Amino acid sequence: MLDVAIRLVVIIGAFLLLPLIVGQLEHKAMAHMQSRLGPMYAGGFHGWAQLIADGVKFVQKEDVIPAAADRTVFRIAPAVGLVPYLVVMIVIPVAPGWYGVDLDAGLFFVLAVMGIGVLGSIMAGWSSANKYSVLGGMRSAAQLMSYELPLVLAASSVAMAAGTLSLSGIVEAWQWWWLPWQGIGAVVFFVAGLAELRRPPFDMPIAESEIIMGPMTEYTGIRFALFMLAEYAGIVVLSALTTVLFLGGWQGPWLPGAVWTLIKIFALAFVVIWVRVSYPRMREDQLQKLAWVGLVPLALVQLALTGVVKVL
Amino acid sequence: MTGYFGSYVVVAVLLGIGVAIFAGGLLINRLLRPDRPTAEKLTTYECGVDPVGDGWAQSQIRYYVFTYLYVVFAVDAVFLFPWATVFAAPGFGLTTLVEMFVFLAFIALGILYAWRKRVLAWT
Repeated sequence: MLDVAIRLVVIIGAFLLLPLIVGQLEHKAMAHMQSRLGPMYAGGFHGWAQLIADGVKFVQKEDVIPAAADRTVFRIAPAVGLVPYLVVMIVIPVAPGWYGVDLDAGLFFVLAVMGIGVLGSIMAGWSSANKYSVLGGMRSAAQLMSYELPLVLAASSVAMAAGTLSLSGIVEAWQWWWLPWQGIGAVVFFVAGLAELRRPPFDMPIAESEIIMGPMTEYTGIRFALFMLAEYAGIVVLSALTTVLFLGGWQGPWLPGAVWTLIKIFALAFVVIWVRVSYPRMREDQLQKLAWVGLVPLALVQLALTGVVKVL
Repeated sequence: MTGYFGSYVVVAVLLGIGVAIFAGGLLINRLLRPDRPTAEKLTTYECGVDPVGDGWAQSQIRYYVFTYLYVVFAVDAVFLFPWATVFAAPGFGLTTLVEMFVFLAFIALGILYAWRKRVLAWT
């Protein structure tokens, strides 16, 4: 009982802390890539407390719900967007034996629960009763559907290679030569995951310069902050899953396993930020085309490759 | 908290904690925030002008085709998972490999059909 309680406390701590670190990393890395300094004031040393200051501000702001909105759905949408990422973290192994619970259908569980997260933005888009939000919600729905398929196919390729759906079982089965073997799947999974998170260059649903944050147009204060937290928690979860499925999780020389997992997670989170700074937003039809003509066939090739190598 | 259902009880507990974190955040917000609604503040945002018509406006939904595609493929993909864990077990071997290629051929044919029908191109 105590053991379970400690595990849950660590997971909640990681859930509240890691997204803030990624957010601060994004502030600073993006600023320096654009020849700016980023936040410098809050907390004294290089603005380290900026996001805490933001949180203090958000929690004091008035909660404005438009008169035209569907109030109930509008209120709970941020929770639907945020809580699934917390629940997913329970199965992610950080080191041998370091996980919340080891579900034997872990991979399936992760994909199922992560799919719920996107419902949050569809609910927000529809309930706001705002034209931009409805457009954004529709785009979210279309994007979720198109990119869920390559995500699922790439993940099942790893399940085939490891012969198990348990996440720690997959890491234990991992060998270094899986990197080239599952390489296509890794890229497909990561790109499709980025699209599920609606991060640039796949941020057509929230496109702030044309549909003004889409589903989040009408959100202010704490509810908006929770949507932002969901986005960064999503980056952490996507990086962690890519690490566990394709990069061997805790495996690596010299350093302890947990350190390796964290290094890989933050390296991938940095790539997510880097991609945001480097690429322009994709148009809606280009985005759909990339999924169906690009990623899905690549994932099918990966499935064939995995099957042939594994059996022969 | 052991065994098959025990681990899902832990998952349910974490789900409850997640909901509690959300509710707690809103409760603190309720204690700290001002609350002065005015009619203008509660208007729907539309770039500063008064909103025209209803927010749930009719628009052309071009995405319904993707819904069809998704339903077809996702149902197939779900069956991959139970199969993936056993396909290389002793006694299966080449048979399952051939089955896999039949499966992949079906999916690929579907995408090829959608592509030839030009549902993936908008202009």
